Amino acid sequence: MTSADNLRAFRRDGRIVIVGASLAGLRAAESLRDEGFTGSLTMIGDELGEPYDRPPLSKQVLTGWVPAGGTTLPRRRDIDAEWLLGVPASGLDLATDHVRLADGCEVPFDRVLIATGVRARPWFVPSEAELDGVFVVRTREHAEGLQRALAAGPSRVLVIGAGFTGSEIASICRERNIPVTVAELAPYPLVGALGAMIGEVAAEMQRAHGVDLRCGVKVTRLEGDAQGRLRRAHFDDGSTVDADVAVVALGGIRNTEWLQGSGLAAGVWGVACDTGCRAMDLNGLITDDVFVAGDVARCPNPVYEYRLISLEHWANAVEQAEIAAHNMVNGQAERWPHLSIPRFWSIQFGVNIKSVGVPTFADEVVVTQGSVTDHRFVAAYGYQGRVTAAVTFNNAKWLDHYRRLIETAAPFPPPCPTPDQPLDTKPVPVDFPGPTLLAQGATVVVTGHDPGERRVTAAHQHHR
Amino acid sequence: MTTTEMPDTLHRILDYSSRPDPYPLYAELRRTPVARQEDGSYVISTYRELADILHNPHLSSDVRNLTHPMPSAEGAPTPAFINMDPPQHDRLRRMAMRHFGPPNTPGLVTGLEPDLTATVGGLIDDFAGKEQIDIVDDLAYPFPVSVICHLLGVPREDEPRFRVWVNDLINSIDYDARTDPKEKLEDGVRARKDLREYLGGLVEQRHGRPGEDLLSLLANDDGPDGRMTDEEIISTANLLLIAGHETTVNLITNGMLTLLRHPRILERLRREPDLVVPLVEELLRYEPPVHIIPWRAAYSDITVGDTVIPKGSQIMLMLASGSRDPDRFHDPDRFDPDRTDNQHLGFGSGIHLCFGGPLARREAQIALGELVRRLDAPALLADPPPYRRSPVLRGPIHLRVERNGG
Amino acid sequence: MRVVVDLSRCEGYAQCAFLAPDAFRMHGEEALMYDPEPDDAQRERVLRAAAACPVQAILVDRLEGRTAEQDVPVTAASS
Repeated sequence: MTSADNLRAFRRDGRIVIVGASLAGLRAAESLRDEGFTGSLTMIGDELGEPYDRPPLSKQVLTGWVPAGGTTLPRRRDIDAEWLLGVPASGLDLATDHVRLADGCEVPFDRVLIATGVRARPWFVPSEAELDGVFVVRTREHAEGLQRALAAGPSRVLVIGAGFTGSEIASICRERNIPVTVAELAPYPLVGALGAMIGEVAAEMQRAHGVDLRCGVKVTRLEGDAQGRLRRAHFDDGSTVDADVAVVALGGIRNTEWLQGSGLAAGVWGVACDTGCRAMDLNGLITDDVFVAGDVARCPNPVYEYRLISLEHWANAVEQAEIAAHNMVNGQAERWPHLSIPRFWSIQFGVNIKSVGVPTFADEVVVTQGSVTDHRFVAAYGYQGRVTAAVTFNNAKWLDHYRRLIETAAPFPPPCPTPDQPLDTKPVPVDFPGPTLLAQGATVVVTGHDPGERRVTAAHQHHR
Repeated sequence: MTTTEMPDTLHRILDYSSRPDPYPLYAELRRTPVARQEDGSYVISTYRELADILHNPHLSSDVRNLTHPMPSAEGAPTPAFINMDPPQHDRLRRMAMRHFGPPNTPGLVTGLEPDLTATVGGLIDDFAGKEQIDIVDDLAYPFPVSVICHLLGVPREDEPRFRVWVNDLINSIDYDARTDPKEKLEDGVRARKDLREYLGGLVEQRHGRPGEDLLSLLANDDGPDGRMTDEEIISTANLLLIAGHETTVNLITNGMLTLLRHPRILERLRREPDLVVPLVEELLRYEPPVHIIPWRAAYSDITVGDTVIPKGSQIMLMLASGSRDPDRFHDPDRFDPDRTDNQHLGFGSGIHLCFGGPLARREAQIALGELVRRLDAPALLADPPPYRRSPVLRGPIHLRVERNGG
Repeated sequence: MRVVVDLSRCEGYAQCAFLAPDAFRMHGEEALMYDPEPDDAQRERVLRAAAACPVQAILVDRLEGRTAEQDVPVTAASS
């Protein structure tokens, strides 16, 4: 049989198993059927119920508008799958091509997609994490519990960690007129993702909305009362805050433990793969039958010097799922690379924050349009004289322009003025560790509009 | 990409004889996506380049950024936000939006729906006894005009007066000093002045006497951005009145014309009234009411595709051509209400996206839905119908239909 | 019915919030919050909102109510 015959037979009656039944898993399944895959499709997920959307859990669910159980994802089409839900996968055997489930079942496959995502990082002291009133937010159950606690009118909420999720939750507390303290180890909110300049704006925004923001402090202990209810938090500067609700918003842990011993290059940063979403093994060899998509994938991006990047972004999950699905059922010559520029959004304190690119891949940042004090502006990030990212505050309609600047390795700072000229147009250091240890690779530009025609070519680097 | 290989395609498009079917000329234009004209202006006609430039912050809507000022701008008063750049544009649009849509007034358009249906119903009732109707005069014009008058608080009985002003004004937009009589420009300038004086009188009356209409709300507003000056209110009202007159009428008329040219789709719409929703989107792509944004200015050098447009250049955006670009839309010259991913340029894109789009959509959906429901066998009496002069706001001046001709 | 909005595409044009204000709400000038499972009574309005989105970011369920029961087990898996 030729490989084309093999592929045809596989598309007709092969077996595909998708591990992870959330956004990426569902979209991959739909795309596989769109691509004409008629074989058997098995969806494995550790949560019960249909795939649901998570971004609303820290937003419209916590305001009380939308019930936690009311974010089920719409379906683009029938997927005709067998669903194995409520039991997590516990192992992957690439010698015999089986997924092992925690209940001992074994599920055979010809090709498998890993889309197990991320879980919330719990509070580091288990007994304190068990206290009534201590929450994380990742699943609908988490969100439902926290929503109920907020509705009960707590005297104060403590949010531990001022990343995007923590800041969104603080914003909702203020919207519900609940006193809130935010504790952040870094000097500003959002600083790890967006740098000090934007972090300063975020800090000012939080304080203007009445958040008791404490930066540069660490929560050392959560103290409960005799009934096991949270009543106080202790900080490393000796101070305390009385609170009956604490939200631990310290980011996520990638669900890769089940892949230990599989031989794949899986670890705390996710599962390494190529731009075609094919998993890499520990030796750096690309596998043929194992694919990765979503939050758990760690994928190289040529625009960012081929660094392996893991992204907990909604659009990334959708795009990788579609690329992975396409490549699972197509031959070598028809494969697509995942080359899109990362996009992200957050809604907090009445402001739409959006980003394109990788803001941490930068050495300088400059406001290019609008007014920082009005919270209506665009900031561009640059690395070695080219644009690598942009962030907008209530200025999303311009963001696509900056995506193009990134894709074309346009010079930084952008040389031409716009009518909405900011007061200060001098680039400042981004103030987080830039990718200085990397070898100075070639800059590339991305061409093509559709997944099938997108490619990169090397370009001359701009020098200031 | 920059050539002058077809210097006269644009002029053939602007010529009145092309009004019934400019689309083959648009296809010709698209061979050069960014085309420099003899006079140094640039014409952009392909989808991706249009979508790009509409999101480009270096594209200015302010006439003062043109190296060579436009003739029709002479003596132009305070511009409306459509001809402004951020941050002034954003501020004024936000202030007007406070009383028209979300986040401050989210229920206005849905709240108008019963009135819209009743108005259309009444106009169709008046067809009774007529064998022939004119879709323009009998429905597509009076309907949106009464809606915009009601919204703004402009007396409906003054319509014959401002109809003349609006006409002269629109005619002067595409004034060309080389080919047009000077009166065309002078009439436009005078009409603009008359219309502004008229609106100024209405604003004057509203101060301290807040009513429910937009003029009252603007004249007495105390929102977070403060209050518009009277000049700003007049410019805003002027813009909304003209847009309310000149765009939806084309959308409804082009819609009926397109349906009469596609009888099977018309029949389907009769059976599936919900089809009107995607159908209006397809109309906005296939026969949009606004064909051209006649000028924008390069605030600084702008790179589009492989072309650098120098600072100060005039840029003409051929929106209707972009929506027929085969590189973006499969089989673009086919009217297909089932089309998916219909990201047309019918209302523009970016910060200047049509202010009244949601209202225009509902007006067109309701008007076309009711026309199809209540006309048993309508038939076109002339195809192509006679067109209005403007290549910018393009649509039939009359659309005569036999009520039971089919 | 079920809805999801690709908010990374959303540019805050608010067309949906005009046309189906009970399902789509602007949070401030530009940010959108929406009800992912709006009441069926709003179906017409939600479909109008989805059609009008200038960046086509609104996805409405294509399975029209015959979804989950056949397609997803409600109890834990074991096969």
